[in-house]
Amino acid sequence: MSTDERTLVEGKLDALLEAYPPADTSEREFWGAQFDHGLAWVQHPEGLGGLDVSPRWQALIDRRITEAGGSTRNRYLNVLGIGMGAGTLVAHTSPEFASRFLRPMFACEEIWCQLFSEPGAGSDLAALSTTAVKDGDTWIVNGQKVWTTLAHLAKWGLLVTRTDPDVPKHAGLTYFIVDMEGDGVDVRPLYQITGEAEFNEVYFDDARIPDEYRVGEVGQGWNVAMTTLMNERVAIGANVGPRGSGAISHAVEAFERRQAAAADGAGDPVSDHDLDRLMSHWIEAEALRLTAVRAGEARLAGTPGPEGSTMKLHWADLNQRTTSFAMDLLGAEGMTYPDGYEFTRPDETSNRTESVHRAFLRTRANSIEGGTSEIMKNILGERILGLPGEPRVDKNIPWRDVPRS
Amino acid sequence: MEPTFTVTEEQQLLRSMARELFEERGTSERVREVMLGDDGLDHEAWRQLAELGLTGLTIPEEYGGGGASHVELAIVFEELGKRLLPLPLLSTAVLGTEVVLAAGTDAQKKELLSGVASGSAQLALAHLDTAGRLAADPGVTATRDGDGWSLSGAAGYVVDGRTADVVVTAATTDDGLALFVVPGDADGLTREDVEVLDLTRPMATLTYGGVRVGDDAVLCGGDAVPALHRAIAVGCGMLANEQIGGADHVLRTTTAYARERMQFGRAIGSFQAVKHRLAEMLVKVESARSAAYHAARAIAEGDTAEIAVAVPLAKSYCSEVYEHAAADGIQLHGGIGFTWEHDLHLYSKRAKATKLLLGSPAHQRRLLADVLGFIAA
Ligand SMILES: Cc1cc2nc3c(=O)[nH]c(=O)nc-3n(C[C@H](O)[C@H](O)[C@H](O)COP(=O)(O)OP(=O)(O)OC[C@H]3O[C@@H](n4cnc5c(N)ncnc54)[C@H](O)[C@@H]3O)c2cc1C
Repeated sequence: MSTDERTLVEGKLDALLEAYPPADTSEREFWGAQFDHGLAWVQHPEGLGGLDVSPRWQALIDRRITEAGGSTRNRYLNVLGIGMGAGTLVAHTSPEFASRFLRPMFACEEIWCQLFSEPGAGSDLAALSTTAVKDGDTWIVNGQKVWTTLAHLAKWGLLVTRTDPDVPKHAGLTYFIVDMEGDGVDVRPLYQITGEAEFNEVYFDDARIPDEYRVGEVGQGWNVAMTTLMNERVAIGANVGPRGSGAISHAVEAFERRQAAAADGAGDPVSDHDLDRLMSHWIEAEALRLTAVRAGEARLAGTPGPEGSTMKLHWADLNQRTTSFAMDLLGAEGMTYPDGYEFTRPDETSNRTESVHRAFLRTRANSIEGGTSEIMKNILGERILGLPGEPRVDKNIPWRDVPRS
Repeated sequence: MEPTFTVTEEQQLLRSMARELFEERGTSERVREVMLGDDGLDHEAWRQLAELGLTGLTIPEEYGGGGASHVELAIVFEELGKRLLPLPLLSTAVLGTEVVLAAGTDAQKKELLSGVASGSAQLALAHLDTAGRLAADPGVTATRDGDGWSLSGAAGYVVDGRTADVVVTAATTDDGLALFVVPGDADGLTREDVEVLDLTRPMATLTYGGVRVGDDAVLCGGDAVPALHRAIAVGCGMLANEQIGGADHVLRTTTAYARERMQFGRAIGSFQAVKHRLAEMLVKVESARSAAYHAARAIAEGDTAEIAVAVPLAKSYCSEVYEHAAADGIQLHGGIGFTWEHDLHLYSKRAKATKLLLGSPAHQRRLLADVLGFIAA
C-alpha cells in the first residue's frame, strides 16, 4: 500500500512539475496547480487539495518542489489559514463548503486570521465574551478581539463567539468563519516591541454572518477551537528546519562575526567561555530538532508520545536564551538596533527574521503566542504526567457568574 | 567610621524629591515624546534638575556643586531608573564630570564643572573606538599642529554625544593617551546618531576630521588611563543603581498587574507559577540592591581597594538581575507585555543595553577575578 502511495504521489509530482515548471510559473499559479494535483496537504481528501494518503509524503513533496526551484513560503505567508484553518474546515464542514475556501487559501489569494483571544480572555480562552445572536438565518456579532496576527491582510477569519452566557463557559461557544472585509468589522493595528504591527485589534459592531458560515453545531465552538489549536501545534512541530537553522543560526553568526572582526584587529577576540556557551546552545538546539523529527515520525506511525507536547515549551525558552546570548556576543553592537524601529504593518510575521537584533526582540513573544509557557507546563503536568489539576473555581457555574477583571 | 546602609534623613528627603520630580516629569507619554523627538533628551527637565542642584550633586562646592557623595547621586540614578526619562545624567554628571575632576586643571574644573552644576553645559565622554572597545588605543589620534592640536579618527558609542556641549575626547598622542576638551560644535567634528536598541539613551558616532583645539584644551597630556578608569568605575557603580531602580519598578508594576488580572475566574497572581516567579524576582532585586548600594558606598568612601571589588560585582550582578526581571515582567503580562504601547519593552531594552554598556558582566567578572587574585599571573 505504501508503495502504491509512493507511486501515486510521485506520479502527481512529476505531472505537476512538468506542466508548471516553477521557473516559468508565478508562485500563486503554482500553488493553485499544486492544490489541483492533490499535493497541497496530501492527507486530506481528493478535491480538497489532497490525495487521501498518509501525511508523511508531504515532506517528500515539499522537498522535491523546493529542489525544483518552487516555493513553499505560502505555508508561512498564510500560516493561520494553511497551518490551522485548513484542518478545521476539513474536519468540521462539508466538502462542498470547504472546497470554496481551500484553494484560494493555499494559493495565498485569500489570507486568513485567527480571532480567538480577547482583552479579557487569553490563557483562559473559553472565558471569551464576543457575542453572536441569531437573527433569522444570520448571526449578529458584537465584541472585540485582540492580538489578531495578519488581520490587516485577511479576507477570512476563524472566529469563536459566545452564544449562550447562561451555561458553563465551555458549553456556550459557537465557531464561525467571518468575512473580514464585511460591514461592522474594524481592524486596527497594534504595534509590538520590534516596532512593526504584525497583530491587530478587531472590533465587531453588528457584523452579520450567514448561518451557513457556522462551523460545527451551536454550542460546539470549544471542540472546533481545539481542532484549530491542535493543528497549530502540529504545524509548529512538523516544521523541522535543517541542522543549525533557526535561533541558533543567529548565535553562530554573531560568534563568527566576532571572530572575523578580531582577526581583522577590529574587535575583541572571542573567549573559550563564549565558545563553550555557543556549543551548549547548539547542542540543545539539535536535541530539540531531533525531538521534532522523532515526534513527527511517531505521530505518523500513530504512536505519538510525550515528545510531541514538549517542543513548544522548549522551543520558546531556547529561542529566547539563544538570541539573548547572541546579542551579548555582539558586545557593543548589541546596544544597537541597526535597521531602526519602523512602524509598519508587515505582510508576514517576523518570526523568520534575518536580523539578530529583531530576533532577540521577536522571540520574547514565543513564550506567549500560541499558549503561554505557564499554560504549556500545566498541560504537560496534567495531561502528560497525569498530575492532578488545580481546583477550578469557574468550571461548573454559568459563564455569566464567573469573576472577571 | 565603618560604613553602614543606614539612610540619613537628608537622603530620604533627596529620594522623595527625586521620585516626585521623575514621577511628574517622566510620564510614559513624555518619555516617548522625548525618545522619538529630534534631540532625544529632555532639556527642560534637565534645567529643572539643575535648579534643584541635582546635576552637580557630587561636584565640590568650590566649583559650584553640591559637594554631596555618590551615595546621594546613586539615589538619583535609582529613581531615574524607575522612569527612564532621557536625561544626560550618566554622560554629564558622571562620565564627563569624573574625568574633569580627576585630570583637569583648576581653571578647567571651574569652567566646566560650574557649567554642569548650573545646567548650562552638558558633557560627553568619547573614549571608545568604533567597535566599542575600551582599548588602550582609542579611535582618535592627536598630533601637534602649530601651537595647538589636531584630532583625527572616530569614536563610537558616545552616550549623548550628538547633543553634548563639550565632548571630552580620549586620543593617542606621542606621549601616550591624552584627554582633550572639544566643543560639540567644533569645525571638523561630525556627530551621527547610532540606531540604538534603547531609545531612551541616545548614542552617537563621532568623526574627527582634523579638529583643531588649543593647548588649553588639553585636560591631561599623557597618562589618561587613571582618569578614564575612575570615570568608568563610577559610571558602572551608578548604572548598577539605575538598574535596580528599573528592576524594582518592573517588580512593582508586574505584582500590581498580577493582583488585578483575572483568568480562570481568579487573579493570575494566585497561580503559583506566577507568584513564585515574582517572589524570586523580589529575592534577586533585594540582593542586587545591596550590591548596588554597597558600590555607591565604596565610591563615596573613596576606598580604592573596595571599589575594585564592589563595582564590578554590582555591575555584573545588577545587569543580570535587571535583564531577567524585565523578561519575566513581559512574560507575566502576556500579550500586552509584547506591545509597543506598554512600557515594559523600554525597561527590557534598557536592561539589555546597560548590561553591555561600560563593560559586560563577563568583562566585570574577569576584572573581579583579577582583583581577587584568582587568575595566576
Ligand atoms: C505575537 C503574538 C501573536 C498572537 N497571535 C494571535 C492570533 O493570531 N490570534 C489569537 O487569537 N491570539 C493571538 N495571540 C494571543 C495569545 O494567544 C495570548 O496572548 C496568550 O494566549 C496569552 O493570553 P494573554 O495575553 O491574555 O495573557 P494572560 O492569559 O493574561 O496571561 C498573563 C500571565 O498569566 C499567566 N497565567 C495565566 N493563566 C495561568 C495559569 N492557569 N497558571 C499559571 N499561569 C497563568 C500567563 O502564563 C502569563 O504569564 C498572539 C499573541 C502574541 C504575543
